[in-house]
Amino acid sequence: MTALTETPPEAAGVPAPAAKRKGGGLATYLIIRFLLIFPTILILVTLVFFLMRITGDPITAALGGRLPADQLAQRIHEAGYDRPILVQYFQYLGQIFTGNFGRTISDNRAVTEMLATFGSATLELAINAVVVALIIGIPLGMIAAHRRDKTPDAVLRIFAILSYATPVFFAGLLLKLVFSVWLGWLPVAGRASTSTEIALTSLAQPTGIYWLDALRSGNMSAFWDVESHAILPALALGLLTAGVFLRLVRTNLIGTLGRDYVEAGRSRGVSEFRLVTRHAYKPALIPIITVMGLQIALLLGGAVLTETTFEWKGLGFQLAQYLTARDFVAVQGIVVLLAVIVAVTNFIVDVVAALIDPRVRY
Amino acid sequence: MTTQTLPQLERREPLWRRLPVLSHLRNSVGLQRGMLIAGLVLTAIFLLMALLAPLVAPYGFSQISDASGDFPTQDPPSAQHIWGTTVGGFDVFSRVVWGAQTAVLVIVVAVALSIFAGVALGLASGYIGGWLDRVLVVVADAVYAFPSLLVAIVMSIVISHGQSSLWGGILAAAISITVVFIPQYFRVVRAEAIRLKAEPFVESAKVLGASSWRIMARHIFRNATRSIPLIFTLNASEAILTLAGLGFLGFGIEPTSAAEWGFDLNKAISDVTAGIWWTGVFPGLAIVLTVLGLTLVGESMNDLADSRLRTRGRSRKQRTTTARTSDSVAPAAHAVPGVAAGAEASTGQEGGQA
Repeated sequence: MTALTETPPEAAGVPAPAAKRKGGGLATYLIIRFLLIFPTILILVTLVFFLMRITGDPITAALGGRLPADQLAQRIHEAGYDRPILVQYFQYLGQIFTGNFGRTISDNRAVTEMLATFGSATLELAINAVVVALIIGIPLGMIAAHRRDKTPDAVLRIFAILSYATPVFFAGLLLKLVFSVWLGWLPVAGRASTSTEIALTSLAQPTGIYWLDALRSGNMSAFWDVESHAILPALALGLLTAGVFLRLVRTNLIGTLGRDYVEAGRSRGVSEFRLVTRHAYKPALIPIITVMGLQIALLLGGAVLTETTFEWKGLGFQLAQYLTARDFVAVQGIVVLLAVIVAVTNFIVDVVAALIDPRVRY
Repeated sequence: MTTQTLPQLERREPLWRRLPVLSHLRNSVGLQRGMLIAGLVLTAIFLLMALLAPLVAPYGFSQISDASGDFPTQDPPSAQHIWGTTVGGFDVFSRVVWGAQTAVLVIVVAVALSIFAGVALGLASGYIGGWLDRVLVVVADAVYAFPSLLVAIVMSIVISHGQSSLWGGILAAAISITVVFIPQYFRVVRAEAIRLKAEPFVESAKVLGASSWRIMARHIFRNATRSIPLIFTLNASEAILTLAGLGFLGFGIEPTSAAEWGFDLNKAISDVTAGIWWTGVFPGLAIVLTVLGLTLVGESMNDLADSRLRTRGRSRKQRTTTARTSDSVAPAAHAVPGVAAGAEASTGQEGGQA
C-alpha cells in the first residue's frame, strides 16, 4: 500500500473523481455520501435477516423442545414464520422502516422499547470510554512522537501493543480484582447501587443516562454513586481504545513533525511544546478523525464484552442475555440498531473530514 | 559469454535467507530486533504448548478426579494443582495448556479458509471487474465496517446455533472468524490485482494467448499475495481475540469437549468477586502473551517491510527524510472516499480487537 493521498482513479473502482471541477463539489459529495448510508444498512439488514433464517425460525430456536409440537406450530403460524421467506423479508423491511422491530420472544416486550431502555446505558458507557481514551491516548501519542525512537517512545509503543493484546474483559477482570476486591475502593458491578437506581428511574422523564439524571435532580450523592460505578468499565474500555489513539497520533504527528514549516517554526524560536501541540498536531488531525470514526465499530464490539464483565445493563449485556435465551428477534433488533449507528457515525466522520479537507470530494 | 553469465544472474539467494521470518530477523537492528525476537519466543512457546499439550499438561482438560479421588474445587494454587482449580474442579494449568491447542486449531482453520476465500474473491474481483467487482466491494465494505465480534456472533448462530462439540465448535468459531477476515484479504489482493492488470507482463501474457484463468492463477497471484504473510500474523492475533470474545459470551466450546480461554474467563468473572483470582488471571495472561507475541512478530515484519519505518543501524535518519509514515495516512487504494475513507486495508492493525 502506498501512502498516496490522492487515489489513482483506475484503482478507485468508481468513476474518475471530478477533481478538476472547482466549486459545487461539496454539496454533491455530501448528498451522495448521505444516500450511500442506505445501501450499507440495507445490505447488513439483508445479510443478518437471511443468515438468521437459514437455520430455522426464531420460535423453534427459542422454545423448541420446551413446547409440544402442535403448540409450537401454532405459535409459528401466529407469528407468520411459516410464510415464504421472501414475503417475510419484505414485511420485515417495511416494519423496520416504520420503526417496528417486533416483540422479543423470551420476555415479550417491544424491541424498540428495549432498544431505547438499554441504548442509553450503552451510550453512557461509550461516551465515558471515549473521554478516557482521548485523555490518555492523545497526550501520550504526542510524547511518543516527540521522543521518537527514545525510551519513552519504546515504553509507550509497548503499552499500545499491550492494550491491543489485552481482551477488554480480561482488563475488566483485573481492574475489578485490584480496585474492587483487593482494595475495596470501587463497586464490583452494575451501574448504580439499588437505592440510587430506584431514585433515578422514578424521576419524571429520565434520560436513562444516570449521571445526567442525577445532576438534573440535583442529587449529588446519587451522582457520586453513579460515577464510582462508571469508573472501572470506562477504564477497561477506554484503555483499549487509548492504545489505538496513541498509535494514530504518533504516526501522524511523526509525519507532520518532519515538514519544513515545523522546522521553520523551530528556527523562529517557537517552543517544542507549542510545536507539537499546535503546529504539527492540527494538520495531523484529519486522518486521526477519520480513523477515530472507524473505531466506533471497535468500541461497540468492546462495549458488548465490557457490559457483560461489569453487569452494565446496556445493549451488550442484553445481547449476551438474549443470545443465551436464543431470542433471535431481539438479537436481530440489537444488531440492526448497531449497524445503523455504525453507518451514521461513518457518515458524520466523512462529513467532518470533507469540511476540514477540501481535497476529499467525489 | 552471455550464456555463461545468465545462469548466474538467475540464481537466487539460498532458501533459508528468503524465508519470511528469517530474512526479517537478519534485516532488523536494535529495538526492532528485540521486539521481533521477543515476539518469536512468545509465539514459539505458544506453539510448543499447543503441540506438546498431552505431555505438558498434568491432567486432561475435562478431568475432575484422579487415582487419589476428586479434585478439590476452587482450590488455591498448590503443589498438586500449581495454578489451582476451578469451581467445576478442573485443573487451571492443564486447561490453559490445552487451550493453546484449541487456539492453534481455530487460527489455522480460520486463517487458511479466509486466505483461500479472500484471495480468490480478490483476484476475481480485481481482474474481472465490472458488476461482480462492484457488488463484492459493497458487501465487503459493509461487513468490514461492522463490529467484527457481532459478525462472528451472527455467523456462529447460523452455523451451530451456539452449541458446540470439539470439532463443531472449532469449525463454527473458525468460520465465524473467517467471515470477518475475508474482506481484509479481499481488499488487499483486489487492489494489487487492479494495479497488476495494467502491467506490461500481463498484457504480454494476453497477447501470447494465455487464458484469464492462467493469468490470474500464475501472473497476478504470485505478485499480488506478497503482503499476505504480514496480514497473516496480525490476523492470527485477532483470531485469538475473536475466539476468546465468542467464548466469553458463551459461544465457546463446551468445557467437556475442549479447553477454551475465553470460556474459562467467563466462568472466572463471578469467582473474582469472591477474591478467587487464579481461575481468571492465568487464562487471561495466556491470551495476552499469545496475542502479544503474534502482534510483535507481525508489527516488526510490517515495519521492516516499510523502509520508511525501519530503524537503521548507526546512521540516524535525518528529520526531513522521515516525512510520511504509512499507517493510517494512506486511504485504502480502492476505497470509495465515503464508504471506507481512511481505512488502512493493508494491515488492519488499528482495526483491532473485537
